[in-house]
Amino acid sequence: MRIVVDFDLCESNAVCMQIAPDIFEVRDDDFLYILNETPGEADRSRVEECVQRCPKQAISIAGD
Amino acid sequence: MTSTPRAVTIVGASLAGLNAAEALRRDGFEGPVTLIGAEDHPPYDRPPLSKQVLAGDWEPERAALTDVEELEDDDIEARFGLRATGLDLDARELALHTGETVSFDGLVIATGARCRTMPGTDGLSGVHVLRSLDDCLALRADLEAAPQRVVVVGAGFIGAEVAATARGRGLEVTVVEALPTPLGRVLGDEMGSVCAEVHRDHGVDLRTGVGVDRIEGDHRVERVVLSDGATVDADVVVVGIGVIPNTEWLEGSGVQLDDGVVCDASCLVAERVTAAGDVARWPNQLFGETMRVEHWDNAAAQGAHAARRLLDEGTGPFAPVPWFWSDQYDRKIQLAGRVRPDDDVRVVNGSVDERRFAAIYGRAGRITGVLGFNRPRHVMRYRALIEQGASFAEALAADF
Ligand SMILES: Cc1cc2nc3c(=O)[nH]c(=O)nc-3n(C[C@H](O)[C@H](O)[C@H](O)COP(=O)(O)OP(=O)(O)OC[C@H]3O[C@@H](n4cnc5c(N)ncnc54)[C@H](O)[C@@H]3O)c2cc1C
Ligand code: SF4
Repeated sequence: MRIVVDFDLCESNAVCMQIAPDIFEVRDDDFLYILNETPGEADRSRVEECVQRCPKQAISIAGD
Repeated sequence: MTSTPRAVTIVGASLAGLNAAEALRRDGFEGPVTLIGAEDHPPYDRPPLSKQVLAGDWEPERAALTDVEELEDDDIEARFGLRATGLDLDARELALHTGETVSFDGLVIATGARCRTMPGTDGLSGVHVLRSLDDCLALRADLEAAPQRVVVVGAGFIGAEVAATARGRGLEVTVVEALPTPLGRVLGDEMGSVCAEVHRDHGVDLRTGVGVDRIEGDHRVERVVLSDGATVDADVVVVGIGVIPNTEWLEGSGVQLDDGVVCDASCLVAERVTAAGDVARWPNQLFGETMRVEHWDNAAAQGAHAARRLLDEGTGPFAPVPWFWSDQYDRKIQLAGRVRPDDDVRVVNGSVDERRFAAIYGRAGRITGVLGFNRPRHVMRYRALIEQGASFAEALAADF
Protein backbone atom coordinates (compact mmCIF):
# COMPACT_ATOMS: atom_id res chain seq x y z
CA MET A 1 0.00 0.00 0.00
CA ARG A 2 1.23 3.46 -0.88
CA ILE A 3 0.01 6.63 0.79
CA VAL A 4 -0.87 9.58 -1.43
CA VAL A 5 -1.60 13.02 0.02
CA ASP A 6 -3.08 15.74 -2.14
CA PHE A 7 -1.08 18.67 -0.84
CA ASP A 8 -3.39 21.14 -2.57
CA LEU A 9 -6.13 19.96 -0.23
CA CYS A 10 -4.10 19.29 2.93
CA GLU A 11 -4.31 22.11 5.43
CA SER A 12 -1.83 20.72 7.94
CA ASN A 13 -4.27 20.28 10.77
CA ALA A 14 -2.44 17.14 11.93
CA VAL A 15 -5.46 14.89 12.43
CA CYS A 16 -3.59 12.11 10.60
CA MET A 17 -0.56 12.69 12.78
CA GLN A 18 -2.57 12.10 15.91
CA ILE A 19 -3.73 8.74 14.60
CA ALA A 20 -0.43 7.63 13.10
CA PRO A 21 2.50 9.77 14.31
CA ASP A 22 4.98 7.24 12.90
CA ILE A 23 3.58 7.82 9.40
CA PHE A 24 2.52 11.48 9.31
CA GLU A 25 4.19 14.49 10.87
CA VAL A 26 3.31 18.18 10.73
CA ARG A 27 6.49 20.12 11.41
CA ASP A 28 7.06 23.62 12.69
CA ASP A 29 7.10 24.96 9.13
CA ASP A 30 3.37 24.03 9.07
CA PHE A 31 3.83 21.43 6.34
CA LEU A 32 2.83 17.82 6.51
CA TYR A 33 5.57 15.25 5.90
CA ILE A 34 4.93 11.61 5.17
CA LEU A 35 7.48 9.69 7.20
CA ASN A 36 6.62 6.33 5.70
CA GLU A 37 4.98 6.35 2.28
CA THR A 38 4.70 2.58 2.02
CA PRO A 39 3.64 1.18 5.38
CA GLY A 40 2.97 -2.54 5.72
CA GLU A 41 -0.39 -4.27 5.86
CA ALA A 42 -0.28 -4.21 9.67
CA ASP A 43 -0.79 -0.44 9.47
CA ARG A 44 -3.69 -0.59 7.04
CA SER A 45 -6.50 -0.04 9.54
CA ARG A 46 -4.77 2.99 11.04
CA VAL A 47 -4.11 4.50 7.62
CA GLU A 48 -7.72 3.85 6.63
CA GLU A 49 -8.77 5.70 9.77
CA CYS A 50 -6.61 8.63 8.64
CA VAL A 51 -8.27 8.57 5.22
CA GLN A 52 -11.72 8.73 6.85
CA ARG A 53 -10.89 11.28 9.50
CA CYS A 54 -8.95 13.78 7.37
CA PRO A 55 -11.26 16.82 7.28
CA LYS A 56 -10.05 17.68 3.78
CA GLN A 57 -10.25 14.18 2.29
CA ALA A 58 -6.65 14.73 1.26
CA ILE A 59 -5.31 11.24 1.93
CA SER A 60 -5.77 8.22 -0.28
CA ILE A 61 -4.27 4.77 -0.55
CA ALA A 62 -2.83 3.65 -3.88
CA GLY A 63 -1.76 0.20 -5.01
CA ASP A 64 -4.27 -1.95 -3.15
CA MET B 1 -32.12 -8.33 23.98
CA THR B 2 -32.89 -6.22 20.96
CA SER B 3 -31.76 -7.39 17.57
CA THR B 4 -29.87 -5.34 15.04
CA PRO B 5 -32.09 -3.44 12.62
CA ARG B 6 -33.09 -4.86 9.26
CA ALA B 7 -32.96 -1.41 7.68
CA VAL B 8 -31.60 1.95 8.80
CA THR B 9 -33.08 5.37 8.09
CA ILE B 10 -31.04 8.49 8.73
CA VAL B 11 -32.73 11.89 9.11
CA GLY B 12 -30.43 14.80 8.29
CA ALA B 13 -28.21 14.48 5.22
CA SER B 14 -25.15 16.43 6.21
CA LEU B 15 -21.85 15.53 7.83
CA ALA B 16 -23.10 13.35 10.69
CA GLY B 17 -25.79 11.66 8.60
CA LEU B 18 -23.47 10.90 5.71
CA ASN B 19 -20.80 9.51 8.02
CA ALA B 20 -23.43 7.30 9.62
CA ALA B 21 -24.52 5.96 6.22
CA GLU B 22 -20.97 5.33 5.09
CA ALA B 23 -20.03 3.64 8.37
CA LEU B 24 -22.95 1.22 8.02
CA ARG B 25 -21.65 0.12 4.63
CA ARG B 26 -18.02 0.01 5.75
CA ASP B 27 -19.02 -2.23 8.63
CA GLY B 28 -20.70 -4.59 6.21
CA PHE B 29 -24.35 -3.77 6.89
CA GLU B 30 -26.29 -5.16 3.93
CA GLY B 31 -29.82 -3.99 4.67
CA PRO B 32 -31.43 -0.93 3.10
CA VAL B 33 -29.97 2.45 4.13
CA THR B 34 -32.05 5.57 3.50
CA LEU B 35 -30.77 9.12 3.95
CA ILE B 36 -33.47 11.79 4.24
CA GLY B 37 -32.48 15.46 4.17
CA ALA B 38 -34.35 18.76 4.10
CA GLU B 39 -31.90 20.48 1.77
CA ASP B 40 -32.07 20.04 -1.99
CA HIS B 41 -28.31 19.50 -2.27
CA PRO B 42 -26.41 16.27 -1.70
CA PRO B 43 -24.30 16.49 1.49
CA TYR B 44 -21.67 19.23 1.41
CA ASP B 45 -19.05 20.53 3.79
CA ARG B 46 -19.88 23.65 5.83
CA PRO B 47 -16.43 24.91 6.91
CA PRO B 48 -15.58 26.27 3.42
CA LEU B 49 -18.81 28.32 3.47
CA SER B 50 -17.21 30.95 5.72
CA LYS B 51 -13.77 30.52 4.13
CA GLN B 52 -12.90 29.47 0.56
CA VAL B 53 -16.41 29.56 -0.97
CA LEU B 54 -17.29 32.88 0.66
CA ALA B 55 -13.95 34.31 -0.43
CA GLY B 56 -14.73 33.31 -4.01
CA ASP B 57 -11.64 31.06 -4.17
CA TRP B 58 -13.72 27.91 -4.53
CA GLU B 59 -16.75 27.23 -6.61
CA PRO B 60 -19.49 25.72 -4.45
CA GLU B 61 -19.09 22.29 -6.10
CA ARG B 62 -15.74 21.91 -4.38
CA ALA B 63 -17.45 21.79 -1.00
CA ALA B 64 -19.42 18.67 -1.96
CA LEU B 65 -18.87 15.73 0.40
CA THR B 66 -20.26 13.20 -2.04
CA ASP B 67 -22.48 13.02 -5.09
CA VAL B 68 -25.50 11.08 -6.26
CA GLU B 69 -23.41 8.46 -8.11
CA GLU B 70 -21.24 7.75 -5.09
CA LEU B 71 -24.31 7.31 -2.93
CA GLU B 72 -25.76 4.95 -5.51
CA ASP B 73 -22.53 2.95 -5.61
CA ASP B 74 -22.78 2.49 -1.85
CA ASP B 75 -26.42 1.52 -2.25
CA ILE B 76 -27.55 4.42 -0.06
CA GLU B 77 -31.02 5.62 -1.00
CA ALA B 78 -30.90 9.40 -0.88
CA ARG B 79 -34.06 11.45 -0.57
CA PHE B 80 -33.36 15.17 -0.61
CA GLY B 81 -35.71 18.11 -0.14
CA LEU B 82 -37.77 16.24 2.45
CA ARG B 83 -38.25 17.50 5.99
CA ALA B 84 -39.24 15.15 8.79
CA THR B 85 -42.08 16.68 10.81
CA GLY B 86 -42.85 13.93 13.30
CA LEU B 87 -41.67 10.69 14.83
CA ASP B 88 -43.83 7.85 16.14
CA LEU B 89 -41.64 5.47 18.11
CA ASP B 90 -44.36 2.87 18.70
CA ALA B 91 -45.46 2.60 15.09
CA ARG B 92 -41.85 3.20 13.99
CA GLU B 93 -42.93 5.81 11.47
CA LEU B 94 -41.67 9.19 10.36
CA ALA B 95 -43.95 11.93 9.10
CA LEU B 96 -42.62 14.10 6.27
CA HIS B 97 -43.63 17.65 5.35
CA THR B 98 -45.25 16.33 2.19
CA GLY B 99 -47.76 14.37 4.28
CA GLU B 100 -46.09 11.09 3.46
CA THR B 101 -45.29 8.65 6.26
CA VAL B 102 -42.22 6.46 6.08
CA SER B 103 -41.70 3.42 8.24
CA PHE B 104 -38.29 2.70 9.68
CA ASP B 105 -36.58 0.09 11.77
CA GLY B 106 -33.23 1.53 12.88
CA LEU B 107 -33.00 5.34 13.01
CA VAL B 108 -30.15 7.85 13.24
CA ILE B 109 -31.17 11.39 14.17
CA ALA B 110 -28.72 13.84 12.58
CA THR B 111 -30.72 17.02 12.01
CA GLY B 112 -27.96 19.35 13.19
CA ALA B 113 -28.62 22.96 14.05
CA ARG B 114 -29.70 26.22 12.49
CA CYS B 115 -28.70 29.82 13.11
CA ARG B 116 -30.27 31.99 15.73
CA THR B 117 -31.71 35.11 14.08
CA MET B 118 -32.25 38.69 15.24
CA PRO B 119 -35.89 39.53 15.85
CA GLY B 120 -37.37 42.11 13.53
CA THR B 121 -35.06 41.43 10.59
CA ASP B 122 -37.44 39.26 8.57
CA GLY B 123 -37.82 40.56 5.06
CA LEU B 124 -34.98 43.08 5.42
CA SER B 125 -32.61 42.37 2.55
CA GLY B 126 -28.90 42.52 3.19
CA VAL B 127 -29.23 40.80 6.58
CA HIS B 128 -27.70 37.32 6.55
CA VAL B 129 -27.00 34.28 8.65
CA LEU B 130 -24.54 31.62 7.51
CA ARG B 131 -25.30 27.95 7.83
CA SER B 132 -26.25 26.54 4.43
CA LEU B 133 -24.79 26.69 0.96
CA ASP B 134 -27.74 28.86 -0.08
CA ASP B 135 -26.96 31.27 2.79
CA CYS B 136 -23.34 31.37 1.65
CA LEU B 137 -24.15 32.13 -1.97
CA ALA B 138 -26.59 34.87 -1.00
CA LEU B 139 -23.99 36.49 1.26
CA ARG B 140 -21.28 36.04 -1.33
CA ALA B 141 -23.39 37.85 -3.93
CA ASP B 142 -23.87 40.74 -1.51
CA LEU B 143 -20.14 40.91 -0.76
CA GLU B 144 -19.35 40.89 -4.48
CA ALA B 145 -21.55 43.94 -4.95
CA ALA B 146 -18.82 46.02 -3.22
CA PRO B 147 -20.72 47.19 -0.15
CA GLN B 148 -19.44 50.25 1.72
CA ARG B 149 -19.50 48.51 5.07
CA VAL B 150 -20.18 45.02 6.40
CA VAL B 151 -21.32 44.69 9.99
CA VAL B 152 -20.88 41.34 11.70
CA VAL B 153 -22.96 40.80 14.81
CA GLY B 154 -21.17 38.40 17.17
CA ALA B 155 -17.43 37.71 17.31
CA GLY B 156 -17.72 33.94 17.78
CA PHE B 157 -15.85 31.66 15.42
CA ILE B 158 -18.26 32.02 12.49
CA GLY B 159 -18.47 35.81 12.90
CA ALA B 160 -14.69 36.02 13.12
CA GLU B 161 -14.25 34.00 9.93
CA VAL B 162 -16.79 36.06 8.03
CA ALA B 163 -15.03 39.24 9.19
CA ALA B 164 -11.67 37.83 8.07
CA THR B 165 -13.02 36.76 4.68
CA ALA B 166 -14.71 40.13 4.11
CA ARG B 167 -11.46 41.94 5.02
CA GLY B 168 -9.70 39.62 2.58
CA ARG B 169 -12.02 40.99 -0.08
CA GLY B 170 -10.90 44.49 0.89
CA LEU B 171 -14.19 45.47 2.48
CA GLU B 172 -14.65 47.70 5.53
CA VAL B 173 -15.83 45.59 8.43
CA THR B 174 -17.27 46.39 11.84
CA VAL B 175 -17.70 43.57 14.34
CA VAL B 176 -20.07 44.10 17.28
CA GLU B 177 -19.62 41.81 20.26
CA ALA B 178 -21.69 42.00 23.44
CA LEU B 179 -18.98 40.43 25.62
CA PRO B 180 -16.04 42.52 26.78
CA THR B 181 -13.68 40.15 24.92
CA PRO B 182 -14.51 38.04 21.89
CA LEU B 183 -14.81 34.36 22.82
CA GLY B 184 -14.20 35.36 26.45
CA ARG B 185 -16.72 32.79 27.61
CA VAL B 186 -14.92 30.07 25.72
CA LEU B 187 -11.23 30.90 25.85
CA GLY B 188 -11.09 33.21 28.86
CA ASP B 189 -10.22 36.90 28.72
CA GLU B 190 -6.49 36.54 28.15
CA MET B 191 -6.79 34.43 25.00
CA GLY B 192 -9.97 36.21 23.95
CA SER B 193 -7.94 39.44 23.90
CA VAL B 194 -5.46 37.83 21.54
CA CYS B 195 -8.34 37.09 19.15
CA ALA B 196 -9.48 40.72 19.49
CA GLU B 197 -6.01 41.99 18.59
CA VAL B 198 -5.84 39.73 15.55
CA HIS B 199 -8.98 41.42 14.21
CA ARG B 200 -7.71 44.91 14.97
CA ASP B 201 -4.33 44.12 13.35
CA HIS B 202 -6.26 43.37 10.20
CA GLY B 203 -8.17 46.63 10.20
CA VAL B 204 -11.47 45.47 11.67
CA ASP B 205 -13.43 48.05 13.66
CA LEU B 206 -14.13 45.81 16.65
CA ARG B 207 -16.70 47.08 19.16
CA THR B 208 -16.83 44.99 22.32
CA GLY B 209 -19.03 45.13 25.41
CA VAL B 210 -21.87 46.53 23.37
CA GLY B 211 -24.96 44.79 22.08
CA VAL B 212 -27.14 45.38 19.06
CA ASP B 213 -30.39 47.09 19.83
CA ARG B 214 -31.94 46.85 16.39
CA ILE B 215 -31.21 46.66 12.71
CA GLU B 216 -32.87 49.36 10.64
CA GLY B 217 -33.69 49.90 7.02
CA ASP B 218 -36.49 50.27 4.56
CA HIS B 219 -36.63 46.95 2.62
CA ARG B 220 -32.84 46.95 2.56
CA VAL B 221 -30.66 47.25 5.66
CA GLU B 222 -29.24 50.74 6.27
CA ARG B 223 -27.82 50.79 9.78
CA VAL B 224 -27.25 48.90 12.98
CA VAL B 225 -28.22 50.63 16.21
CA LEU B 226 -26.10 49.60 19.18
CA SER B 227 -27.21 49.32 22.79
CA ASP B 228 -25.17 52.39 23.72
CA GLY B 229 -27.10 54.45 21.17
CA ALA B 230 -24.32 54.57 18.55
CA THR B 231 -25.24 53.70 14.97
CA VAL B 232 -23.13 52.01 12.33
CA ASP B 233 -24.13 52.39 8.69
CA ALA B 234 -24.23 49.03 6.94
CA ASP B 235 -25.10 47.64 3.51
CA VAL B 236 -24.58 44.08 4.62
CA VAL B 237 -25.14 42.61 8.09
CA VAL B 238 -24.14 39.10 9.07
CA VAL B 239 -25.65 37.77 12.27
CA GLY B 240 -23.48 35.14 13.96
CA ILE B 241 -25.00 34.72 17.40
CA GLY B 242 -25.04 30.96 17.75
CA VAL B 243 -27.21 28.05 16.73
CA ILE B 244 -30.29 26.18 17.88
CA PRO B 245 -30.50 22.39 17.52
CA ASN B 246 -33.18 21.20 15.08
CA THR B 247 -35.40 19.18 17.41
CA GLU B 248 -38.89 20.64 16.87
CA TRP B 249 -39.89 17.65 14.77
CA LEU B 250 -39.27 15.39 17.76
CA GLU B 251 -41.51 17.25 20.21
CA GLY B 252 -44.11 14.97 21.75
CA SER B 253 -42.45 11.86 20.32
CA GLY B 254 -41.18 10.63 23.67
CA VAL B 255 -37.59 11.37 22.69
CA GLN B 256 -36.07 13.36 25.54
CA LEU B 257 -35.08 16.89 24.47
CA ASP B 258 -32.86 19.30 26.38
CA ASP B 259 -31.07 21.77 24.12
CA GLY B 260 -30.58 18.82 21.76
CA VAL B 261 -31.54 15.16 21.65
CA VAL B 262 -30.57 13.45 24.88
CA CYS B 263 -28.56 10.26 24.31
CA ASP B 264 -26.81 7.80 26.58
CA ALA B 265 -23.02 7.52 26.62
CA SER B 266 -23.08 5.31 23.53
CA CYS B 267 -25.33 7.72 21.54
CA LEU B 268 -28.47 5.61 22.02
CA VAL B 269 -31.74 7.60 22.25
CA ALA B 270 -34.37 4.85 22.31
CA GLU B 271 -34.57 1.27 21.13
CA ARG B 272 -32.75 1.10 17.80
CA VAL B 273 -32.59 4.91 17.64
CA THR B 274 -29.34 6.87 17.95
CA ALA B 275 -28.32 10.50 17.41
CA ALA B 276 -25.15 12.26 16.29
CA GLY B 277 -23.61 15.59 15.41
CA ASP B 278 -24.65 19.12 16.36
CA VAL B 279 -28.08 17.93 17.48
CA ALA B 280 -26.89 15.29 20.00
CA ARG B 281 -26.34 15.80 23.73
CA TRP B 282 -24.60 12.95 25.48
CA PRO B 283 -22.52 12.23 28.57
CA ASN B 284 -18.89 12.22 27.49
CA GLN B 285 -17.34 9.88 30.03
CA LEU B 286 -13.84 11.16 29.43
CA PHE B 287 -14.88 14.49 30.93
CA GLY B 288 -17.67 13.27 33.23
CA GLU B 289 -19.86 15.91 31.64
CA THR B 290 -22.89 16.05 29.38
CA MET B 291 -22.13 17.97 26.22
CA ARG B 292 -23.39 18.98 22.79
CA VAL B 293 -20.54 19.75 20.43
CA GLU B 294 -20.80 21.88 17.28
CA HIS B 295 -17.62 20.86 15.51
CA TRP B 296 -16.84 19.14 12.25
CA ASP B 297 -14.68 16.39 13.72
CA ASN B 298 -17.33 15.52 16.27
CA ALA B 299 -20.13 15.26 13.71
CA ALA B 300 -18.05 12.97 11.50
CA ALA B 301 -16.88 10.68 14.31
CA GLN B 302 -20.17 10.61 16.18
CA GLY B 303 -22.09 9.86 12.99
CA ALA B 304 -20.00 6.75 12.50
CA HIS B 305 -20.31 5.81 16.18
CA ALA B 306 -24.10 6.19 16.17
CA ALA B 307 -24.33 3.90 13.14
CA ARG B 308 -22.12 1.29 14.76
CA ARG B 309 -24.17 1.43 17.92
CA LEU B 310 -27.22 0.36 15.92
CA LEU B 311 -25.39 -2.63 14.48
CA ASP B 312 -23.66 -3.75 17.65
CA GLU B 313 -25.04 -3.35 21.15
CA GLY B 314 -21.58 -3.91 22.51
CA THR B 315 -20.40 -0.59 21.01
CA GLY B 316 -18.83 1.32 23.88
CA PRO B 317 -19.21 4.91 24.98
CA PHE B 318 -18.44 7.79 22.64
CA ALA B 319 -15.78 9.70 24.56
CA PRO B 320 -13.57 11.83 22.31
CA VAL B 321 -11.62 14.98 23.10
CA PRO B 322 -13.60 17.67 21.22
CA TRP B 323 -11.44 19.47 18.67
CA PHE B 324 -11.97 22.11 16.04
CA TRP B 325 -10.15 24.55 13.85
CA SER B 326 -10.98 28.03 12.64
CA ASP B 327 -9.13 29.82 9.85
CA GLN B 328 -8.99 33.59 10.29
CA TYR B 329 -6.77 35.75 8.09
CA ASP B 330 -3.55 33.75 7.84
CA ARG B 331 -3.99 32.13 11.24
CA LYS B 332 -5.13 28.58 11.91
CA ILE B 333 -6.68 28.57 15.33
CA GLN B 334 -7.36 25.21 16.93
CA LEU B 335 -8.87 24.31 20.23
CA ALA B 336 -9.01 20.82 21.74
CA GLY B 337 -10.52 19.76 25.03
CA ARG B 338 -13.16 21.19 27.25
CA VAL B 339 -11.97 24.50 28.64
CA ARG B 340 -13.64 26.99 30.94
CA PRO B 341 -12.90 30.70 31.00
CA ASP B 342 -11.53 30.52 34.55
CA ASP B 343 -9.12 27.66 33.86
CA ASP B 344 -5.43 28.26 34.44
CA VAL B 345 -3.83 29.19 31.06
CA ARG B 346 -0.12 28.86 30.24
CA VAL B 347 1.66 29.52 26.97
CA VAL B 348 3.86 26.47 26.43
CA ASN B 349 5.30 27.07 23.01
CA GLY B 350 5.97 29.90 20.58
CA SER B 351 5.11 33.54 20.99
CA VAL B 352 1.76 35.24 21.54
CA ASP B 353 3.13 38.45 20.00
CA GLU B 354 3.97 36.63 16.79
CA ARG B 355 0.58 34.88 16.97
CA ARG B 356 2.24 31.50 16.69
CA PHE B 357 1.85 29.70 19.95
CA ALA B 358 0.30 26.89 21.92
CA ALA B 359 -1.34 27.48 25.30
CA ILE B 360 -2.66 24.81 27.61
CA TYR B 361 -5.54 25.04 30.04
CA GLY B 362 -5.73 23.32 33.40
CA ARG B 363 -8.21 22.87 36.22
CA ALA B 364 -8.10 20.81 39.41
CA GLY B 365 -4.64 19.54 38.55
CA ARG B 366 -5.61 18.18 35.13
CA ILE B 367 -4.99 19.45 31.63
CA THR B 368 -8.39 20.43 30.20
CA GLY B 369 -7.51 21.85 26.83
CA VAL B 370 -5.06 23.26 24.36
CA LEU B 371 -5.32 26.32 22.12
CA GLY B 372 -3.03 26.71 19.14
CA PHE B 373 -2.38 29.58 16.78
CA ASN B 374 -0.61 27.98 13.81
CA ARG B 375 0.53 25.14 16.05
CA PRO B 376 -1.36 22.07 14.78
CA ARG B 377 1.33 19.64 15.81
CA HIS B 378 1.31 20.85 19.41
CA VAL B 379 -2.45 20.86 19.55
CA MET B 380 -2.54 17.22 18.52
CA ARG B 381 0.19 16.22 20.98
CA TYR B 382 -1.54 17.91 23.91
CA ARG B 383 -4.85 16.55 22.73
CA ALA B 384 -3.38 13.08 23.22
CA LEU B 385 -2.37 14.04 26.77
CA ILE B 386 -5.92 15.23 27.46
CA GLU B 387 -7.20 11.90 26.22
CA GLN B 388 -4.85 10.10 28.60
CA GLY B 389 -6.13 12.19 31.52
CA ALA B 390 -2.66 13.67 32.13
CA SER B 391 -2.05 16.02 35.03
CA PHE B 392 -1.49 19.72 34.38
CA ALA B 393 2.03 19.41 35.82
CA GLU B 394 2.83 16.55 33.46
CA ALA B 395 1.52 18.55 30.50
CA LEU B 396 3.52 21.63 31.53
CA ALA B 397 6.65 19.51 31.73
CA ALA B 398 6.10 17.90 28.32
CA ASP B 399 8.36 19.10 25.55
CA PHE B 400 6.97 18.72 22.04
C1 LIG C 1 -20.12 28.44 7.98
C2 LIG C 1 -19.66 27.34 8.88
C3 LIG C 1 -18.30 27.14 9.08
C4 LIG C 1 -17.84 26.13 9.92
N1 LIG C 1 -16.51 25.98 10.11
C5 LIG C 1 -16.06 25.01 10.94
C6 LIG C 1 -14.66 24.85 11.16
O1 LIG C 1 -13.83 25.58 10.62
N2 LIG C 1 -14.26 23.86 11.99
C7 LIG C 1 -15.14 23.04 12.63
O2 LIG C 1 -14.72 22.17 13.39
N3 LIG C 1 -16.48 23.16 12.43
C8 LIG C 1 -16.95 24.13 11.61
N4 LIG C 1 -18.31 24.28 11.41
C9 LIG C 1 -19.24 23.37 12.13
C10 LIG C 1 -19.57 22.10 11.35
O3 LIG C 1 -19.81 22.38 10.02
C11 LIG C 1 -20.78 21.44 12.00
O4 LIG C 1 -20.39 21.00 13.27
C12 LIG C 1 -21.32 20.28 11.18
O5 LIG C 1 -21.85 20.72 9.96
C13 LIG C 1 -22.40 19.51 11.94
O6 LIG C 1 -22.90 18.48 11.14
P1 LIG C 1 -24.32 17.81 11.38
O7 LIG C 1 -24.47 16.79 10.30
O8 LIG C 1 -24.43 17.39 12.79
O9 LIG C 1 -25.39 18.97 11.25
P2 LIG C 1 -25.71 19.97 10.05
O10 LIG C 1 -24.50 20.20 9.24
O11 LIG C 1 -26.40 21.13 10.68
O12 LIG C 1 -26.76 19.19 9.15
C14 LIG C 1 -28.04 18.86 9.53
C15 LIG C 1 -28.84 18.60 8.28
O13 LIG C 1 -30.12 18.12 8.65
C16 LIG C 1 -31.11 18.77 7.88
N5 LIG C 1 -32.36 18.79 8.64
C17 LIG C 1 -32.68 19.56 9.71
N6 LIG C 1 -33.92 19.28 10.15
C18 LIG C 1 -34.39 18.30 9.35
C19 LIG C 1 -35.62 17.57 9.32
N7 LIG C 1 -36.58 17.80 10.21
N8 LIG C 1 -35.78 16.64 8.35
C20 LIG C 1 -34.78 16.39 7.45
N9 LIG C 1 -33.61 17.04 7.45
C21 LIG C 1 -33.41 17.98 8.39
C22 LIG C 1 -30.54 20.14 7.65
O14 LIG C 1 -31.15 20.75 6.53
C23 LIG C 1 -29.07 19.83 7.43
O15 LIG C 1 -28.79 19.54 6.10
C24 LIG C 1 -18.78 25.29 10.57
C25 LIG C 1 -20.16 25.49 10.37
C26 LIG C 1 -20.60 26.50 9.54
C27 LIG C 1 -22.08 26.71 9.35
S1 SF4 D 1 -5.49 15.11 8.31
FE1 SF4 D 1 -5.59 15.66 6.15
S2 SF4 D 1 -5.54 17.88 6.11
FE2 SF4 D 1 -4.86 17.26 8.13
S3 SF4 D 1 -2.63 17.18 7.99
FE3 SF4 D 1 -3.37 15.11 7.58
S4 SF4 D 1 -3.61 15.07 5.35
FE4 SF4 D 1 -3.43 17.21 5.89
